[in-house]
Amino acid sequence: MMAVLDSARKADEGRVRAVTGLRDRWANLPYGWRISVLFAFIIFLYALPGLEIPLISTPDTDFTSVLFLCAVYVLVAVGLNVVIGLAGLLDLGYIGFYAVGAYTVAILGSPNSPVVIQFPWVVCVPIAIAVTMVSGVILGWPTLRLRGDYLAIVTLGFGEIIRVFALNSDITNGNRGITGVPVPSEGTWPEWMDWFPGITAGRPIFSVSNVIGFYWLALTLVFICMLGVRRLERSRVGRSWLAIREDEDAAEVMGVPTFKYKLWAFAIGAALGGLSGALFFSKQTFINAQGFDLFTSILWVAAVVIGGAGNQLGVALGAILLAYLPERFREFADYRLLIFGVALIVMTIFRPQGLLPSRRRKVELEDRAKEGAVGE
Amino acid sequence: MLLELDNVTVSYGRIEALHGISLTVGEGEIVALIGANGAGKSTTMRAISGLRPVGQGKIHFDGQDITKMRADLRVIRGVSQSPEGRGIFPGMTVRENLEMGAYTRRVRAEVDEDLQRAFDLFPRLKEREKQAGGTLSGGEQQMLAVGRALMSRPKLLLLDEPSMGLAPMLIQQIFDIIVEINQQGTTVLLVEQNAQQALSRAHRAYVLETGRIVKEGSGNDLLTDPAVKDAYLGVA
Repeated sequence: MMAVLDSARKADEGRVRAVTGLRDRWANLPYGWRISVLFAFIIFLYALPGLEIPLISTPDTDFTSVLFLCAVYVLVAVGLNVVIGLAGLLDLGYIGFYAVGAYTVAILGSPNSPVVIQFPWVVCVPIAIAVTMVSGVILGWPTLRLRGDYLAIVTLGFGEIIRVFALNSDITNGNRGITGVPVPSEGTWPEWMDWFPGITAGRPIFSVSNVIGFYWLALTLVFICMLGVRRLERSRVGRSWLAIREDEDAAEVMGVPTFKYKLWAFAIGAALGGLSGALFFSKQTFINAQGFDLFTSILWVAAVVIGGAGNQLGVALGAILLAYLPERFREFADYRLLIFGVALIVMTIFRPQGLLPSRRRKVELEDRAKEGAVGE
Repeated sequence: MLLELDNVTVSYGRIEALHGISLTVGEGEIVALIGANGAGKSTTMRAISGLRPVGQGKIHFDGQDITKMRADLRVIRGVSQSPEGRGIFPGMTVRENLEMGAYTRRVRAEVDEDLQRAFDLFPRLKEREKQAGGTLSGGEQQMLAVGRALMSRPKLLLLDEPSMGLAPMLIQQIFDIIVEINQQGTTVLLVEQNAQQALSRAHRAYVLETGRIVKEGSGNDLLTDPAVKDAYLGVA
């Protein structure tokens, strides 16, 4: 058995080298080349709803809706990656923030919510982000003194508390939920967009029946957030997160205010989670507590880990797989928990660093394995 | 006195690990803390650096009460620790590790100067500059830990087991460097199991036994003390 594992691991190492080799080759390309390729890829992503690509289209569901879900999940993963991948804090109740963001928009923006005043979407969303950030701080303040497994359990509890609250509170209309969640804008497609397949001039940009507008908005937000997080990652904040993740005690004696930065990671992660929730449910136009089960929360963590925590492209890949595969292969959709569970186990054995790993995290994991082997 | 511990107790849950430690470190000294496994040496270090809360008693540093001060703020005041088990950031390169040591520093030119100094002290680190910390050998990691602790320009350098896991020749070398660092003006408090080396290099030393200080004196006095010889130097 061990021999099998070993040989599989060796083969995998070869593959890792091939991948990192590819990455090096990419990094060595001239700047202009890289920008052009990147630009082409981004255009491709925007154009996807209009392209009828035979194999990747989803026969059973509206392809653009699937793309929108992918984009929302990527946004979730980017946020969760700040918490798990960058700061190294295991958050199993991330869906709580998603719910807080979504409900804030619904409560403030819907005519059918207990709150009488009705704010437009563009006002609701910044408030939702602020509220989720605050909820992140409220959760983090008492709990971020805990480490590792303890933190995971407390956050798990948080996710569940939010769901149960939403189910029973009057402000969320309990199980009936809230209809009429506002859409980003009541505007209609202009004449000059008519050429794009699926777009008809004069029809609303944001509607449930045609989600191209939603998809483009989500995609744009994904790019903005990814760039923002990337900047953070390379700043002093990112340095501090990295140090905390690699060795919290050592970080502290280097002078890193660890608690403050962990709190920031929570708040920023929460804000992105809230934004994703707000976005997703303004497409749904209806919200109730059913969308916020813990399984989804845990699947997100799985997606981040499988994709490659710490690397934004990795976690994006994980999120896309999580959103896309059950829609593409509808017949297996019911087994997604099982499939992702098995995938997670297989990955932790053979490739704990994820599909597209962060190089640092790979070294960290090897280091930890070494320590474990010596019996520390 | 640069550092003064007055009757400090530290507990892990209900178990008290330090039962009232009092010690002083004067400016410019090398002070050693020796004792067996579990005597409370590392706990004392953690109390001083702020990684472990103090139960009773007071810690004064540079004329200021730091008993309740957060660890990261103590670094700014001038306390720097090379943590037990080295505490190297495995995914950061050697250079990045050193830069982390300068986390509290603001003047780039000074940091560059200190980087140079660290590389002068440990030429080996220069060779490994771009290598990930987790891939270094034990001795290299130890050098990195010491070099990194110096990067904050501390007034007081806390070294936890600097010779742990090193080959005899490297032990000599690392102690030579500790003396050199001290001569350049940094006060050193070090914890050691290698009592022979520690006592012969330190100005003064304390012997710790099960959470209490049982003896203190100059390094040389303790080296010749029969009880110390018997218990820690492995010669009857």
